[in-house]
Amino acid sequence: MNGKTWNNRAWFFVLPVLCFVLFSAVLPVMTVVNYSVQDTMGANSFFWNGDAWFRDLLDPNSDAGVRFSGALVRTFAFSITAVSLEVVLGIAIALCLPRKGWSVGASLIVIALPMLIPWNVVGTIWQIFSRSDIGLFGAALTGMGLNYNVTQEPVSAWVTIVVLDVWHWTPLVILLSYAGLQAIPDAYYQAARIDGASRWSVFKNVELPKLHKVLVIAILLRFMQSFMIYAEPVVVTGGGPGNATTFLSIDLVKIAIGEVDVGRGAAMSLIYYLIILTVCYVFYTIMTQLERRRDG
Amino acid sequence: MRRGITPKIIMAVYLVVLMLPIYWLIKMSLQTNATIMSGLTLWPAHPTLEKYRDIFNDPTWIHAFGVSLAYVAINTVISVTVALPAAYAFNRYSFVGDKHLFFWLLTNLMAPTAVFAMPFFNLYYALGLFDTVWAVALAQCLFNVPLAVWILEGFVGGVPKEIDETAAIDGYSFPRFFIRLFLPLIANGIGVTAFFCFMFSWVEQLLATTLTSSNALPFVAVMTRSYSASGMDWSLLAAAGVLTMVPGAIFIWFVRNHIAKGFALGRV
Repeated sequence: MNGKTWNNRAWFFVLPVLCFVLFSAVLPVMTVVNYSVQDTMGANSFFWNGDAWFRDLLDPNSDAGVRFSGALVRTFAFSITAVSLEVVLGIAIALCLPRKGWSVGASLIVIALPMLIPWNVVGTIWQIFSRSDIGLFGAALTGMGLNYNVTQEPVSAWVTIVVLDVWHWTPLVILLSYAGLQAIPDAYYQAARIDGASRWSVFKNVELPKLHKVLVIAILLRFMQSFMIYAEPVVVTGGGPGNATTFLSIDLVKIAIGEVDVGRGAAMSLIYYLIILTVCYVFYTIMTQLERRRDG
Repeated sequence: MRRGITPKIIMAVYLVVLMLPIYWLIKMSLQTNATIMSGLTLWPAHPTLEKYRDIFNDPTWIHAFGVSLAYVAINTVISVTVALPAAYAFNRYSFVGDKHLFFWLLTNLMAPTAVFAMPFFNLYYALGLFDTVWAVALAQCLFNVPLAVWILEGFVGGVPKEIDETAAIDGYSFPRFFIRLFLPLIANGIGVTAFFCFMFSWVEQLLATTLTSSNALPFVAVMTRSYSASGMDWSLLAAAGVLTMVPGAIFIWFVRNHIAKGFALGRV
């Protein structure tokens, strides 16, 4: 990032991207903002509603507020659980990947496979896999005497969605971590060996610092996506049992499209968007600050 | 570093666990519904390709597969093309608002697609693009263009600045330098970026189904339809699911060397 030329003509290079993003992001967001401050009597008659939708959603005592904060807590709990598991597992597996030879390519192809399956198909796979009559996972767990039933037991549904997400997305963390590990020169390892460093201290002092940058990307990407999870739980659990796996995006689609409550849906999606934005901004800033302090 | 046998075992176990759900899907696609329901077996009892034959004999499925491939290809080409100059600019130059612009681009990755479904529907309907592959391809630029900029920026950073300067001294005009010298240098990066754009466009379902109704119905939407049509046709669903993995598997095969090399060159 250092030694960049100051040149405002660079804006011309960015212009095509800007046009696309204005068209595909800013226009729709403005529509959403527009909806969020209006109420409708149906048949295209809208009237000004001010911040009433927002106040209703953020009021902890109203029905809408309770429903919203419930979904919010569930989404956070899910994201944090899934992403932490994925990062730890991803780094561990990346360390085990072979560095040379034909097995590298073969392993990477197999590892990347789950990411290339359409999300509702991932849902279908796990819907089948977790059934206790025709699915291996469900049958194995019931066989062990566990009370496992995705459509009846909230805990089962919850565990299944987390396992699904870990299965689906750990590969991303592995690929990124592997890329980071590949970039470490052999000399670093030789130096560590001469110093008689243990495996753990090689990891802590050589590998982890080099992984810093790719891990920031991995965590940001994974947090954003897990916070928006939609297609998979809809297929596997439909948000149930009860509302145990009704995450924000599922509730949003229910409100905006299922219940045609466009104003409340729009207000909800803006709050939702702002939360993701804030979390990512804080995380990104902290991580870049840490990096700058370490480098400088 | 010397490596023992333990990593190999962990790796093998992980790969097996990873493949199990996929194997299960393949297994079910080779069975009829009657044999699926009659009991749990590790191997497909009486394997049959019947469901695949059904799919390949049905023009709806074939057409839907073509549609999906079409919008994915259009989207990948657009995303990579517009992202290239931007990635170069972000990596090489400072300009007014560069950092904010970069972060703002990334915020589009964070926008829940559920939020955009309704406005996109209105927008593309008004433009007369509704129910065409272009609507889906353009709508998916929402997340793929920023993603492409982000990935490519890392790869541009892997090319030493001295190369730009040497080329300028040697009398290369900028466009000639960019196309003739620079693009080949980040070919791996372009491969990896295309792979990611392909991936996120192929797996996305919400926008693809919202913006199409009959002419440009994507494969995943046809799958959703076969859900409700006649109860649960598990083996047809499984066969269709298996087919959705094929393009991805082929694509990885082509970029596998780029990915191994390319990831190392990227933002690390």
